[in-house]
Amino acid sequence: MNVIETCELGKRYGKSWALRDCTLTLPAGHLAALVGPNGAGKSTLMNMAAGLTAPTSGTVTGLGGHPAGSPAALNGVAFVAQDAPVYRNLSAGDMLHLTRNLNQRFDTAFARARLADLGIPLNKKAGKLSGGQQSQLALTLALARRPRLLILDEPLAALDPLARQDFLAAVMTAMADDGVSVLLSSHQVAELERVADFLIVLSRAQLQVASEVDDLLAGHRLLTGPTGEADEYAGRLTVVQTRRGDAQTHLLARTGETAAPAPPGWESHQVSLEEVVMAYLRSPGVSEPAPLTRLQRPQPTEATR
Amino acid sequence: MTVFTTPASRLDRDAGPESGPAPWSGMLWITWRQHRGLLITVSVVFCAAVAGLLVTGLRIHHDYALLSACRPATSAACLGMSNFFNSTDWHEGEYLHVAVQAAPVLIAMFAGPPVVARELETRTYRYAWTQGIGRVRWTVAKLALLGSLLTILAFAISQLLTWFFAPFMTTQQLTVLTPTVFDTSGLSYAAWTLTAFCLGAFLGTLLRRTLPAMAATLGVYIGLAAATWFYLRDHYPVKTFWPMQLFEAGWLLALSAALIAATLWLVRRYAD
Amino acid sequence: MSVLTMPAQPDQDTAPRPVPWRRMAWITWRQQRATLIAVPAVLAAVAVFLVIFGLKAHHDYAALVNCPLNQGQQSSACAELFRTFNSTDWPLANACSILIGLAPVLIGAFAGAPLLARELENGTYRFAWTQGLVRERQAIAKLALLGLTLVVLAGAFGELFSWFFQPFLWTEQMNRLTDGVFDSSGIVFPAFTLAAFAIGAFLGMLLRRVIPALAATLGVYLAIRLAEWGVRKYYPVAVVTSNTKIFGQFETPSVPGYPWILSTWVTGPGGKPASQSVANQILNGPGPGAGTSVASGAGAPSAGGSVPPGYTEWNRWIPLSHYWPMQFIEAGWLLVLAVALMAGTVWLVRHRAA
Repeated sequence: MNVIETCELGKRYGKSWALRDCTLTLPAGHLAALVGPNGAGKSTLMNMAAGLTAPTSGTVTGLGGHPAGSPAALNGVAFVAQDAPVYRNLSAGDMLHLTRNLNQRFDTAFARARLADLGIPLNKKAGKLSGGQQSQLALTLALARRPRLLILDEPLAALDPLARQDFLAAVMTAMADDGVSVLLSSHQVAELERVADFLIVLSRAQLQVASEVDDLLAGHRLLTGPTGEADEYAGRLTVVQTRRGDAQTHLLARTGETAAPAPPGWESHQVSLEEVVMAYLRSPGVSEPAPLTRLQRPQPTEATR
Repeated sequence: MTVFTTPASRLDRDAGPESGPAPWSGMLWITWRQHRGLLITVSVVFCAAVAGLLVTGLRIHHDYALLSACRPATSAACLGMSNFFNSTDWHEGEYLHVAVQAAPVLIAMFAGPPVVARELETRTYRYAWTQGIGRVRWTVAKLALLGSLLTILAFAISQLLTWFFAPFMTTQQLTVLTPTVFDTSGLSYAAWTLTAFCLGAFLGTLLRRTLPAMAATLGVYIGLAAATWFYLRDHYPVKTFWPMQLFEAGWLLALSAALIAATLWLVRRYAD
Repeated sequence: MSVLTMPAQPDQDTAPRPVPWRRMAWITWRQQRATLIAVPAVLAAVAVFLVIFGLKAHHDYAALVNCPLNQGQQSSACAELFRTFNSTDWPLANACSILIGLAPVLIGAFAGAPLLARELENGTYRFAWTQGLVRERQAIAKLALLGLTLVVLAGAFGELFSWFFQPFLWTEQMNRLTDGVFDSSGIVFPAFTLAAFAIGAFLGMLLRRVIPALAATLGVYLAIRLAEWGVRKYYPVAVVTSNTKIFGQFETPSVPGYPWILSTWVTGPGGKPASQSVANQILNGPGPGAGTSVASGAGAPSAGGSVPPGYTEWNRWIPLSHYWPMQFIEAGWLLVLAVALMAGTVWLVRHRAA
């Protein structure tokens, strides 16, 4: 089952497009990292996937084809928006009660236990909690809904490094125990490298990358070689980013699953996730085509490379 | 990687014409920009009121002139005119008078509380109150600008209303000391408007939330007005028009000043 | 840190279910607690005042009841009673009646405008609208529950005010059809409150900000109130008669005030309209009970005499017995307006992109 499917999804505010021509498929069972600079369209994409905003063009469906925002989708998707909005005048206990009343599924015991574990008092007004505590409260409420898909918009921003680790651990445990899929946006690519197994990169309202991390890393290599031969060699490859020095040039290239061996004088290294992401962010217009993986629906007119 | 540095002299923060507290004139634009909706609405309402009072007032004055000149006074035609004036014209006059009387507190309810309460509610005071001008001067400037504008507009309307209502003083046998007339003539109307505004600003700062402060402003104002009508005015030292007006304007002004002082004191000691 | 988990629950039925009223009742209570406490509290305080003052007014009125209303016929004791009544009781009651006129819009605006606008303004809609219970159902439940509460409170308060004001109907020559009295009594008062609430909720959803919605609600309500005053005389409940003796000069306390006379005209021989001068003479001329008010709210007695043979004075008027039909007509269109606005609000909730 695909937890999110978009087809040429776009959103326009006034004259400018916040997101355009976004076609991606997120299979179930992954923790997908959504990265990109500010204003790239991350929140817009998440808002549409959660059913909060209606698209200007294209479609977005969730949880196996239910339109985003429909009752079936709302039931199974838990969304924590940016800066974790909570009702400032309600206590944490009230927020529990409220969420339970607004959903068919709510695990009160789990929520209480988790809040107790985190040291968040139930009778304190949510507006008086610290930013980190508000984030944890919002995540607790979302997890307690037992969703199929958890969408988290920059949840780590207000958390200190220790809290970030605990937060991610909680998310991973939910994934392992309950089979929750997660879409999580953040600026901290390095941190997500250890936990994310699917990557979505947005830049300037366009989708740059939407791929499993393993396939992404296997399909790109960093090639280092003499500058003199760089242009000729680059012409034979799909180069994402070039870094040219006086003697040496580094090419980050898309080599596909079966990579041809590097020519003499050239070295081929594996790339890290952060390197790949930064390369795509710095080179707009070079986007990763939808890779043919076994979990994706085949496109009818896809030309293989 | 190189790091650029600027020569020390260009970063000398203590020199230059910007030393000293920020100028007051900046607050003029800020008040306009942050309270644009209110200021535009007040202007529209004011213009509508002036237009309404003028148009209706001219007609009423015309009718009254015809009525006064009608001879013989007991003829059918003149009695018909009198009936019309005392029913249709009087109803219009009465309604407009009540509307004008109710307007200040409703406007002050919207104008006063948000000045401070909105900044506290949206937590933008963390920006506004850490600027060069400082929180007290910021508050004083805004309250002074908005308060003076409302008071001046109120004074203008009250004078217009006094002209408008003049014919009915005779036909309805009213005097300048009749409570509703007293409220809307002389200095009283403007003073009550100023007090309502200051009350709103104070309650907004005290309660820190706009909506409850609005409701509280309305309630307290009604209580104060009722107390004045039915009790306080009986205890004024002199019972003729201008001394009473001056006395009432005087204590209302003192009350307004006290409310402003209390507001500033609350602003100064505000800590989250 | 340990994370406790429970086994995943099997998928529950995701077909749309009826609104869970009990749950939404708790949610509405908790989110609107301030309003739901403040409005009854304020009404209760005013009610206490009305009861205390009303008892005094009724007591004073009981002493007056046997006095004639006509000043020329009053004994000195009666005149004194009237003087105190008119100088102490009446001004306060008059002030109260003006404030009561504002009550529906104040209640409705303060309850309705923030209902949805507050969530939009401070961003909590991003939580509320992504929960399992779809946003339209939440809105419907809130509107219904809060609206019903306000109608009940307003109805009770209106009844209290009618009792309070009843002595002044006779002494001030008003009746239940008079502007101001009609709107604050019966079912029209709660209907106005509901309409104001619906206006507030709709404008709140339209403008998405609380304070502008509040201001706009006041303005729209004022416009509707003025329109209502203008339109009321056209309700299909008026009668036309030529028997002017049914209008007394001064009514007795048991039938306070005069019915509402909408228009008066005179016809001459053969049913043709009389000339202006003759009509003037008949309607305004000297004679017992001179003077007719044309299209006035309170009404005054029409000419009782000096009608030459062949001429007939006609009146188009609304008798007091048609009070309830008028109430139903007015409450009816107010209710339709309120329901339409609430439907519009729900439509906006459904279709407004965040």
